[in-house]
Order: sequence, then C-alpha cells, then structure tokens
Amino acid sequence: MSDIKFSEDTLAAANKIIARYPEGKHKSALIPLLHLAQAEFDGWLSLAAMDYVASLLNIQSIEAYEVASFYSMFNLNPVGKCLIEVCRTSSCWLRGANEIIEHIEKKYGIKEGETTADGMFTLKTVECLGSCGTAPMMMVGAQFHENLSYEKVDSILENCQSDNKRKTYLDKVVINQY
Amino acid sequence: MAKVTIDGRVIEVPDGITILQAARMIGPEVAPPTMCYHSKLKTSGGYCRTCLVEVTKSSEKDPRPMPKLVASCRTDVMDGMEVGNLSSPKVIEARKSVVEFLLLNHPLDCPICDQAGECHLQDLSYEHGSSKTRTDFERRTFEKISIGEKIQLHMTRCILCYRCVKVAEQITDGRVHGVINRGDHSEISTYIEQAIDNDFSGNMIDVCPVGALTDKTFRFKSRVWFTKPVLAHRNCEKCSGNVNLWFKGDEVLRVTGRKDQWGEVEEFICNTCRYDKKATSDWTVEGPSPVNRHSVISANHYEVFTKPTEFKLNDVKPLSIQEGDKS
Amino acid sequence: MGKKILLAHDHVPGIQGYEVYRQNGGYASVEKAVKSMSAEALVEEVKKSGLRGRGGAGFPTGNKWNFLAKPEGVARYLVCNADESEPGTFKDRYLMSRIPHILVEGMITSSFALGVNTAYIYIRGEYYYIVSILEKAIEEAYANGWLGKNILGSGYNLDLYLHVGAGAYICGEETALLESLEGKRGNPRIKPPFPAIAGLYGCPTVVNNVETLAAVPFIVNNGGEAYAQIGIGKSAGTKLISASGHINKPGVYEIEMGITVEDFIYSDEYCGGILNGKKLKAVVAGGSSVPILPADKILTTPSGEKRLMSYESLADGGFASGTMLGSGGFIVMDETTSIVENLFTFARFYHHESCGQCSPCREGTAWMEKILHKMIDGHGTIEDVDLLWEIQAKIEGNTICPLGDAAAWPVASAIRHFRSEFEEYVRNPNSIKVVRHYDSTQNLVNA
Repeated sequence: MSDIKFSEDTLAAANKIIARYPEGKHKSALIPLLHLAQAEFDGWLSLAAMDYVASLLNIQSIEAYEVASFYSMFNLNPVGKCLIEVCRTSSCWLRGANEIIEHIEKKYGIKEGETTADGMFTLKTVECLGSCGTAPMMMVGAQFHENLSYEKVDSILENCQSDNKRKTYLDKVVINQY
Repeated sequence: MAKVTIDGRVIEVPDGITILQAARMIGPEVAPPTMCYHSKLKTSGGYCRTCLVEVTKSSEKDPRPMPKLVASCRTDVMDGMEVGNLSSPKVIEARKSVVEFLLLNHPLDCPICDQAGECHLQDLSYEHGSSKTRTDFERRTFEKISIGEKIQLHMTRCILCYRCVKVAEQITDGRVHGVINRGDHSEISTYIEQAIDNDFSGNMIDVCPVGALTDKTFRFKSRVWFTKPVLAHRNCEKCSGNVNLWFKGDEVLRVTGRKDQWGEVEEFICNTCRYDKKATSDWTVEGPSPVNRHSVISANHYEVFTKPTEFKLNDVKPLSIQEGDKS
Repeated sequence: MGKKILLAHDHVPGIQGYEVYRQNGGYASVEKAVKSMSAEALVEEVKKSGLRGRGGAGFPTGNKWNFLAKPEGVARYLVCNADESEPGTFKDRYLMSRIPHILVEGMITSSFALGVNTAYIYIRGEYYYIVSILEKAIEEAYANGWLGKNILGSGYNLDLYLHVGAGAYICGEETALLESLEGKRGNPRIKPPFPAIAGLYGCPTVVNNVETLAAVPFIVNNGGEAYAQIGIGKSAGTKLISASGHINKPGVYEIEMGITVEDFIYSDEYCGGILNGKKLKAVVAGGSSVPILPADKILTTPSGEKRLMSYESLADGGFASGTMLGSGGFIVMDETTSIVENLFTFARFYHHESCGQCSPCREGTAWMEKILHKMIDGHGTIEDVDLLWEIQAKIEGNTICPLGDAAAWPVASAIRHFRSEFEEYVRNPNSIKVVRHYDSTQNLVNA
C-alpha cells in the first residue's frame, strides 16, 4: 500500500458518491471512484491507486483490478497529458476516421497506442462514442470534438499543446458537483 | 416432482433441479458434457456452452419448444419437459462448434502438459469435436506470471470456466485472483505477481478442467497414467482428510481431492494434506480408487481394481443435489 | 410534419434549464400521477399506449412493468439505461443533453408507477460532459420538490442518482448493466431469473431506455390511448432516429412511425438525400447489430410495397430480406462504400466489446475479425467467405446474451446480400485500393 490519497475535495465527492448506494452495497461506487482516482492521479490507475480505492470501499484489491481492466476508459498504464481518442466504427469510418488517425499519426510521429516523447499526447482509437451524426470525431478529455477536418484537428491539438494542462474525463467542476 | 424425458429416457425428478442434474440421474449415456459447471460450486456453469441441449417441449402446461438451445446446467426442469441431447442434431452441431471455439487458441501442448490423461478438454474434443482445425492464425499467448510456490498457471490452456475463481470465493477466506481484462484477452490472474497463499487454495488445481492450473510439486514427475490412484484418509484438523494418493511404485507423487464420476471434486481438501503429506505412513490407505474404465489412467494397470468395495460404475450414487446449487 | 413528443420543445431557447422546461408544461405528469392516479392505473395507461422499449429490443414497456415482482418489504428499483453504445445510435445523448428534464420527469413518474423509492440513471462514461447537465437537472428537480421526501405532499419519496460507467458496450445489456452498477465487471447474468424478479442487489428491478422513459410523461398527460393513436399499428408513437453516414443532413430526427424509408432518406425534412448526389448502396437501419440491407430491399418490402419506418415493416421478409428497427441507428452508405471494409469495422467492434464470458462469443468474435482483417490485407480466400458464414452461424443463438447474435447478424446479412462483392474482394486483392470507400480526404479538407 502506498501513501497516495485523495485531496479533501475529492474525498468528499467520493463519500457523497458512496452514499448513493444502499447500506452494504458500497461496492457499487467502485467505477465512479476509479474515475475519481484516474482524474486525480495523473490520468491512469496505478496499482497504488487501485489499492487505495479498494481500501476506501473495503473490498479486495483484485476486485478493483478485475473491474479496472474490464472497462476501456481506465488506463492501466501512464498516458500523455492529452489522451486523444478517435472513434473508428462504421459511421466515423464512412466519414474519414482512418484518415484522421493517419493525420494525427503523421503529425506527431506516433502510432495508435503510443505517446509523444514529450508526454503531451497519447493516441488511442476507440469504438463508437455516439457521435455518428457528427463524424468524424475525437474525444480529448471529456470533450467531444466533432465534424473534424484536418485543420480542425490541428487547431484543437495545438491549443492543447499551448494550454499544457492535463485533460481528464472528470474535471474539478464535475467533482465539485457531486 | 417433474417428469422429464431426455433422449427418450423418462425420469421423475424433484422440482427445482436442472436438466443436467436430471440427465445425470438417468446416467452418463444421456448426461451432457460439462466444462465449467461444478456441482460443489455455487453459481458455476453457463459459460462454456458445452452442455447446450434442445428443449423440444417446455412443459406439460406450455408444450412449445424453447427457441434456442439452452445451457442444461443452468436451466430448471419443468413437468413434462422433453429434451434432446445426443438425439438432437442441432445439439451435436452446436457442441462441435463449442469444441472448435475452445480449441481455437488452445496450444494443444498435450505432450508436455501434466493434465494430459485426465483433461476434460481432451475427452470433450475426442468425443464431441472434429479432427480438423480450420484456423491458421497465431494462437493467443499471455505474459507469464507466477501465482505462487505451489500452483503453476498456464494461461494459454485456460478455457475461462471460472471454477477456480469460485473456489477462491467460496472455499478460501480471501480471493486474491480473478479474471482480468476483457473478451478474448480475459485471463486468470492475480494482476500483480502475488502468491495465492491460503489453506484451501490447492483446490483450484483440482477443479481446473484443463492444464491451466497444475500442481508444482507434481510437475513433470510422471504421466498420470503411470501413477496409481488410491483412496486414503488421515485425521486432519482443517479438512475431511479424504483424498486420492497417486503412487508411482512406493512413492506418493501427488495428493488430490477425490472426484466423482463426473470428474468433480467430492470434498475439498486442505493444502497440508495436498502438499505436505507425501509419505505413505501419513495415510490410512483404503484401496484403489474407482477409475472410469475408459480412462487412460486405467489403461495400463489395475487388475485388482474392484477391491475393496466391489466397485461398479453403475453403483455410483446419483448426484446429490446441493442446496443453492444454482442461482 | 409528423407529430413530435420528445423533441416538441427542442427549439425553445433555454429548454435545458428547469424554469423554461416547467413553463412549457414540464413536470405536469408528476403532478397528475402523484395527486390523482394510482400506480396500477399508471401501468395500465402505459400498457394501453403500446409503448415499446426504445433501446433496441422493442419489448412492450407495459408488460415489462407488469412483470415487476412486488414482494412485501423488499426494495424495488428503476434503472435508466443510458449506456447508449450501439454503433450508429446517438439519440439518447441528444435528448439528455438538450432536454435533460424530460428524462428526470419520466423517471419520477415511472418510479411512482412502479412503487420505486430509489432510481438510478446508468450513463456511459464517455458521455461525461452530459453528467454535469444531468446532475444539474436532478439538483433542480430536488430543489423544486419533485424529488426527495414527500413529493408534492403525497407521502411518496424518491431518490434519483446518476451512475457513470466506464466504457463497455456490453453494459447496455440490462443484466450486465446491473452487474456494472453493483461495481463488478459487466458480465451479463444467466437468465432466468430476469431483473423483474431479481435485478439490482437481487431486488425486483425495471431497466428502461432513456427514450422509453422520456415518452412516459406524454402518455400520463394525454392518456395511453392518445399515444397509441400516433404511429402505425403495433408501432405506436414516435421514434428518435439517429441518422448518419453518407447523407446530407445527419442528425437526430423524431419521426412518427409509419413514414416511408424513402421519404426518410430523401426528403429535406429528414436526411436530405445522399451526399454529393451519389447513389444509395445500403442501409443499416437500426444500429450495427441489425441486418444490413441493399438499397432495393430497404426501400421496398418483399411484396413490392414501400417499406415504412416501423417495427413491423422493417422486419417484413424476416432475415432473408428484412431487418429490424432496433435502436433506430440509421447508417446510410453510398455506392462507393466497401461492404467488406464496413463489416470489418463492425466485426472489430464486437470483438472489442465481447465480455469474454462464454466461449462462442469470446472466440468467435475474435476469429471473425481476424478473417476480415486478412481479407482487407489482401490475403482472403473464397473459403474464408464460407468460413465467416459458418462461424456466425455457430455463434448465433448459442451465447449467454444477445451480443453473440448482434455480432453474427451483420456478418450473415452482409454475406447474404453482398456475397459477390466478398468474392470479388478476395479474388482481386489488387483492386482493393481502387474500390476504396468514399474518399473522405477531399471532403475533410473542404469541410
């Protein structure tokens, strides 16, 4: 067990989430808490992070590993500050998803699944994100970027670069909303 | 009571039991094969799909056939139900496909696998599979991990029956392994290299239908058909102490739980009995273990096989129905 | 213009917020239900309405509600399935982000009808940006007395919570969703028991899709009969259709069931015709799982009539020449589309999303993807086409949950209707690059 811990705000959010489930059914909060942990601890779930969440819920660590490794949004390895997730299923493919992926690969000299040397971008391909009518699309953090063109991709990613902030699914706004 | 017909054989069984249990009561000739169901493990079954059967009549009340083949291990009998197992061409075809799916990524490394000779997948393939393979894709491999000093994990051989997970959940006092990842990347793992260390963890080996979990203390010591299983017991604080000793000459090479006619463990044993008691003097020997006469284990020896209780295959008691056996 | 129920106020500025929603008649159904109706009467209205599950299966909602067991002293749950992940489907996302209160209202009214005191919305993790919108709507509903203790002084209590998933198509299957909501892997349960008997935490549970629940306020306000009048035959009411692919106007359309498919594709009110004036080649009418149909078959039924946007008409002809309304994910492909390559994206999807519990789906989906991948790499053979056909047939019907069927049907239908294209594809691997799909590059640069 390591000494990683949620901040006070996040711990408060975690407790609020736990309270949403009946007495004795706190394991229900596992996925939401893993999301909190991923947002808080650099965008991925280390062993220590998963163990910590398991300890908060008083469950075996393996239960957290089993769940974390099942769901595609949980990263079990470090990722870049901006995780670029490009949808490639049918509707997006029909409207040029493969070309968008190739464009990003060329632009940053990385293949899908890889991270740029400066740790800024990780490129991931994903299955249908429900943005079929506005294809092609990509998700950076929790934000959907739709109706992509090469220029649009360039400007979005260049903004991310100059912004230089970690983009996660969950930001402070949502955490505070819990 | 419910009257059930399976492959034309009629039996009256208690309500609330499954088609599989009813079929086993009739006998091995109508009992569907199983890979993931295990009578001593709650909520087991349903995953492998080898026990699929065709219900041609749902019940006396509702005589319609069921629209799809059903997993006999997880489907309750109804009064008047009519079931096709080996009499159903659909079932034979579906079972053949299931075998093909289970073997699709299996390494077929039987020549170096300790389970060979008592492997349910070997039996299943032989009895229900096809002799040809139709895939030339590279077979799936996994990163090797160690799960402890006594149990060897060969993930490539695993068919994901979940039995070992259920043993850990139901028999031991803290599960540290499980199934991680998803789809065809799913694997039995502790996630981190971690020893499974628990008084009853060795039962994972006994319930494994294939060579995915084997006993390191027996590893590469002998082919099972060169060893002789003998019933024995000892006074044990932790378990019943009723085991099978596997002899080669005078030496006990392996201790396992006793298995019933379906290859399912009768009583779970503790790790002390399994790993630490390998001297004949530790045990009271009862006599040779019953071995199915078709098994390769009985092929090489056992002239004095019927001692001491005049064992006959048909004498095996009907399967006892466990409370909460299914859910 | 067809009748609009769910999106009737979509154009109203500020409809996302409570005040505007309320001014436009919002929460009237809760008032009516809680103050003047019994739970039984509500269920009866929903039965009368003919409303069918909008997630894809089309099961009559009233019947599902009727099956809910009501043992004394045991909690019951209502869970909204907002795990929309069927490729080609984005209607729930549209509805929740534009008019979140319609879902909240639908859930309150439905919970009252079912005697539920705790309800959850299970939303897919990728829709995190909608979490803020829904959390706000729920908060507003609490603040205005529509949720919480003693709603409108009736003595009825209800808590509604959001629960966020984390990326798994399989959690759209109701028992996998419940497992996930319990903090486990999204492995579908073996049925029976069905959720109506033993669902969330082993308690009786109803799981309904977003669009289904959002239709409940109209039914309660206007009566089941009024809803049944809309639409055609057993396809009562309106349906949200997510239109995507090679069309001029992709988007979410609320249609009255019974309009013609032709009208939906070509009229300016809906899709506005095929992009760049190209010809229609094929349509996947109800999300990736339903059979793909070539142009002639999607436009006309086997008896030569115009095919309609309804459960029955789309299914006319069975799997030989028909398809399904499914989730209403309407994917349109123009004449340049490679059916083989499109199928590859579907096969990859189902392989990626198989939970891995049962062997036919776990192994079969991966195998089908590999074979299609081999074809796309130019190494396919005619035997591979036959093998694909056989594998899908071995998966269908033999799995724990419907994902197996969903993975099998697209393969079966693509080969059934476009076998010659598969044969051409494997015979002339060199032509593959030439017959490549829609050249999106050009379009992208100009977009």
